[in-house]
Amino acid sequence: MTAATTIDSVDTVTVDRGPAEQDAILDIRNLQVFYSTPTGDVRAVDNVSFKVQRGEIIGLVGESGCGKTTTAMAILRLVQPPGRIAGGEINLDSVNLADLEGDDLRETRWTKLSLIPQGAMNSLNPVMRISSQIKDTIRTHEGRISNRELKERILQLLQLVGLPSRVYDMYPHELSGGMKQRACIAMAIALDPVLVIADEPTSALDVVVQRVVGETLLDVKERLGVSMIVIGHDMGLMAQLVDRLAVMYAGRIVEFAPVESIFNEQFHPYTQLLIESIPSIKEKKPLKLTEGLTHDLRTHMQGCIFQLRCPHVMDICREENPPMRALRSRHETACHLYDDDGVRLH
Amino acid sequence: MAPLLDIKKATKIYGGGMLSAGPVTVALQDYDLTIEESPATITTIAGESGSGKSTLANLVLGFTDLTSGQIIYRGRDLAEMTAQERIDYRREVQAVFQDPYAVYNPFYRVKHVFDLIIRNFKMASSKAEARDMIEDALNVVGMRGEEVLEKYPHQLSGGQRQRMMMARAYMLKPKLIVADEPVSMVDASLRAMILDIMLRLRDEEGMSFLYITHDLSTAYQIGDHIYLLYQGSVAESGEAAAVIENPKHPYVQLLLDSIPVPDPSVKWGGDEATTIDDEEMRVSVDSGCRFYPRCTQRMDRCLEASPVPFPVGANNHNASCFLYDEEAKILA
Repeated sequence: MTAATTIDSVDTVTVDRGPAEQDAILDIRNLQVFYSTPTGDVRAVDNVSFKVQRGEIIGLVGESGCGKTTTAMAILRLVQPPGRIAGGEINLDSVNLADLEGDDLRETRWTKLSLIPQGAMNSLNPVMRISSQIKDTIRTHEGRISNRELKERILQLLQLVGLPSRVYDMYPHELSGGMKQRACIAMAIALDPVLVIADEPTSALDVVVQRVVGETLLDVKERLGVSMIVIGHDMGLMAQLVDRLAVMYAGRIVEFAPVESIFNEQFHPYTQLLIESIPSIKEKKPLKLTEGLTHDLRTHMQGCIFQLRCPHVMDICREENPPMRALRSRHETACHLYDDDGVRLH
Repeated sequence: MAPLLDIKKATKIYGGGMLSAGPVTVALQDYDLTIEESPATITTIAGESGSGKSTLANLVLGFTDLTSGQIIYRGRDLAEMTAQERIDYRREVQAVFQDPYAVYNPFYRVKHVFDLIIRNFKMASSKAEARDMIEDALNVVGMRGEEVLEKYPHQLSGGQRQRMMMARAYMLKPKLIVADEPVSMVDASLRAMILDIMLRLRDEEGMSFLYITHDLSTAYQIGDHIYLLYQGSVAESGEAAAVIENPKHPYVQLLLDSIPVPDPSVKWGGDEATTIDDEEMRVSVDSGCRFYPRCTQRMDRCLEASPVPFPVGANNHNASCFLYDEEAKILA
């Protein structure tokens, strides 16, 4: 569906979901993450700004190398050299994470924000029981707690993610991929964080298990009211999981909108491309081929970052970088193709 | 004419040797598959992790031997081939693997993968001829030699590497390409490009594919035939479109219901009964249907014997499920 065909249905897309705007727990402003290379800085994340509301799931999508994982790592302050946070603020509960150092940073991690890493199933220690690994996490942050109390808490956590209590005494190799993934979710929520970042939480799982893990995430969000940032490139999964979706391209967010709104109407040509390339099981359609490469992230590009691949590129795109504008209620896009009311100009 | 590839009652059991006391793993059981020589087709093997898809690929590529059964290539049993026949087989059956990062040796320029096969199969008599062959193969996948050949693998993107692998397979003009999850690690936009290459090789060059995947939507888009495996046995098979549009086996129905719909107003379909204890479902049943522990429509009968394929539609659409045993229905 292109924007041009749905212009008349402006009123139908003002679907609001999630809590009010002022309740933001994470507020990222002009975040820049650069990787230094001998031939210049690679601008992996360039001027990214967004907010996450309490109890909201934000999806970050885009192709590999677009900066989604780097954004997440920056929030966790896990960017490793040669990478560095070159600018911007990461405000979590009014604390700027970008300024934290040493013990302050260590305390914030996991108690306030936690991570379900990419390929989480391989992040468990193979020679420790599941229970010991979760115990470790809790004890490190909360000090001495009686064994009985700990066990009760861990069993509760396991139940919360839909795992049977016998998992308590099991080793990672005794669990299937989906169970390991759920054990990682249990660990991520063990200290009751306000924000959980899940990096491709279902990418190595088959569809049935994917669905179970996805439903577990939704369930955890419902019960704990925790906010999440889910990174992925499966648009189908995103449609099922998230409240708002941010589309990233070459280190920038090009479209950001409530998930219903973005699936209903896509403005940015890259988002249109992403949605069109979802393989369907309902109808056979010719494969959508895309040509062109992303520009070299080392060079600062004059104008729009998508100009090399954009099918609708205009003169202005080569000169001016389009700013993010709200073309619909809460639906922001960075593209010169539209006027302020979202009407396509060309 | 003998079919291109004919797999008969293939069974592969891991473990259970003289020295191992542990339980055996039946990776593949009594598996039958036929791929005709022409017209060229894309045959999809689909199923969840652990269903035996990759075991099948390894068997066809000759990486591992069958426990029982036969794999017959153009009338010759793989196990009885002479050394020369085996070399020819290795040339005519090519592979494209899942991980386009792991298949290259990082110390050599990418040109090396092409030089290697030209040398091994003595394909060219001069350097110029070799260069032309490489250029031709790269053109088929939409690349130019001067752009990529002198680079090292880490300088190429995932999509470029996977296309190079397609070009490499193509250069040998194989009859069959075993593609083991070729698109699961590349992006959505590049996925279409790889699938398009597969379609073109099938239609323009007459190459057949054994396309191994867990992604039913791509199978639907490009597959001709499909075999859905569940724990080493075929649950359902037939023409890809017919099976996916009208699935009969409860497992296949569950699988299709679980594919997330790219529409936020449509929630995951089907029953909620998907959160069956993973542990339990991994325990294989000694006799009877392997899907029994997870099946929502199970009957006592399913425990007594393993279901054989029953016809459920036109053009060899079969489902291995007692729900479709017409004879039993008549008797009852």
